Amino acid sequence: MLMSRHINLIAVAVFLGVVLVVVPVAISATHRTDLFYTLSSVALLAIASGGVWLTFFIGRINIGQGAYALMGGYVSAILIVTYGVSFWLSMPLAGLFCAGASILIGMPILRLRGVYFAMVTLVLTEVVRLLTLALPITNGAKGMVSIPPPGELSIFGLTLIPSFATLSERNEAFYFLSVIAMCLCFAALYRLVQSRVGRLFVALQQNEDLASSMGLNVPALRVLAYSISSFLGGVCGAVFVAITQSIYPSSFTIADSVNFMLYCFLGGLAFVFGPMLGTLVLYFGWDLLFATGEYQLLIYSGILILLMLALPNGLLSLRPSSWRRS
Amino acid sequence: MARILEVSGVTKQYGGLVAVNDVSFDVEEGEILSVIGPNGAGKSTLFKLIASFVKPTRGEVRFRGERISGLAPHVVARKGVVRTFQETTIFKGLTARDSVIVAHHLRSRVGLVGFYLGTAAARRDEEEFGRSADEILEFLGLGEVRNEIASTLPQGSLRALGIAIGLAANPKVLLLDEPFAGMNHDETHHAVELARAVRDRGVTLLLVEHDMGAVMKISDRIVVINFGVKIAEGTPAQIQSNDKVIEAYLGVEDESIGL
Repeated sequence: MLMSRHINLIAVAVFLGVVLVVVPVAISATHRTDLFYTLSSVALLAIASGGVWLTFFIGRINIGQGAYALMGGYVSAILIVTYGVSFWLSMPLAGLFCAGASILIGMPILRLRGVYFAMVTLVLTEVVRLLTLALPITNGAKGMVSIPPPGELSIFGLTLIPSFATLSERNEAFYFLSVIAMCLCFAALYRLVQSRVGRLFVALQQNEDLASSMGLNVPALRVLAYSISSFLGGVCGAVFVAITQSIYPSSFTIADSVNFMLYCFLGGLAFVFGPMLGTLVLYFGWDLLFATGEYQLLIYSGILILLMLALPNGLLSLRPSSWRRS
Repeated sequence: MARILEVSGVTKQYGGLVAVNDVSFDVEEGEILSVIGPNGAGKSTLFKLIASFVKPTRGEVRFRGERISGLAPHVVARKGVVRTFQETTIFKGLTARDSVIVAHHLRSRVGLVGFYLGTAAARRDEEEFGRSADEILEFLGLGEVRNEIASTLPQGSLRALGIAIGLAANPKVLLLDEPFAGMNHDETHHAVELARAVRDRGVTLLLVEHDMGAVMKISDRIVVINFGVKIAEGTPAQIQSNDKVIEAYLGVEDESIGL
């Protein structure tokens, strides 16, 4: 028990060391600063996938995370541009807005199971995209551009984070922002699934009828998991807007929603860090296959199918057995 | 003895089909009452009506005088009316012990946030649930398999696990869904002993059952329904000699009612 605790702590320390020190130093040394942008994207997409993973955890297939990423992006953009709110405030507000919206949406649709729930969530992304085209506040198909980068964050005159506009290497700053956000989100998720709340979620996943006859408030727990999931989607969207300084109705599409789900599948549904690994491997895998030109999609999907056949429980089923939860 | 559960005039219609038609009976505190009837008689529907998994079209179920029909199942469970399922309905991927610990949820004094943060009170709850789960598993003879994944357990143990999960919710009335189905003579005998032991813990038992021999042995009283209608109610001896029951349900095969 104590032994595995030590191993976990060491693993966390190594991981943080790699993402916060080794990777940035290596990238700066090789002057491949475009990789900062790529890795920021991976980190953000991993956050949204972590949310999708949580809905898998209660036994629901969620193909609608793109809806909340888009929603979060627009909420953050509107808050910054129209109301002059600081990015540091708009990011959590975007997450909370998505969580609130997902409670209203989730209450009716979470009664559905299996493929029926999946179908409705698939439609959600399209609904939000059409909404952003139609609503006056979102500026239609032209989208919102020239969104100012995150400003200074200071408490009592003490500058915690300098204004991004003053930085020479903005991509690096966004890299740290995204990676730290990812670490915080996954730490929170890890704690969630390890706590008793996580075990209640597993009970839901295993059998909702039995869970409710044990006195578990099944509808409320389902909505709780779904709103946390959507919060993560919203945060992902908000930071994305800050990086690209723009948002369009097509910024997150159904293809993105499907990808979030694939990242979870491929990474492994049994372990909370599955979506993180899945996002990294698939995102880079797609980029690496760029050289194959018109065959990119063919090879990519072929590899996906083979991976699912060979490793139905995801890439993390390859992890050493000492890592597995007892 | 006090009346703990009153089923009065309960009717359930699915479109034109009347699954349960104007059924009334009372359950006394501390008794073992069985509901029997041929296949398709409406037993399962009646069971779901009592646990409030479905709403009655007419009539109501009262628990200690308070109407529970129409409440959400988890609210009814909180009040003390807990149903178990047939053995296929368990938390398949959890160990026996974890299943029972999860089922202690009703007893927790700490909210979800407390559990998330791992406060001292939450840890106390966890320890207490663990101890209580061990006690319940031991009581039902599952002590040795408590760390096995539920889906790998043999059928007999699964039944016991179902009851263990039910007991963890601290029920006043425990509804057992066909606890003896598919068991051989010895297993049934053991299960009857278990059910009696559960009753002796102060839990009122209401069971829906096919197995006549076991029902006759275990029940204080029996309610017989056929085509959704109650056709008899009484002690096992009264039921065994009831012409209507023999005619409508048991046919001519007297052996099957344990005569």
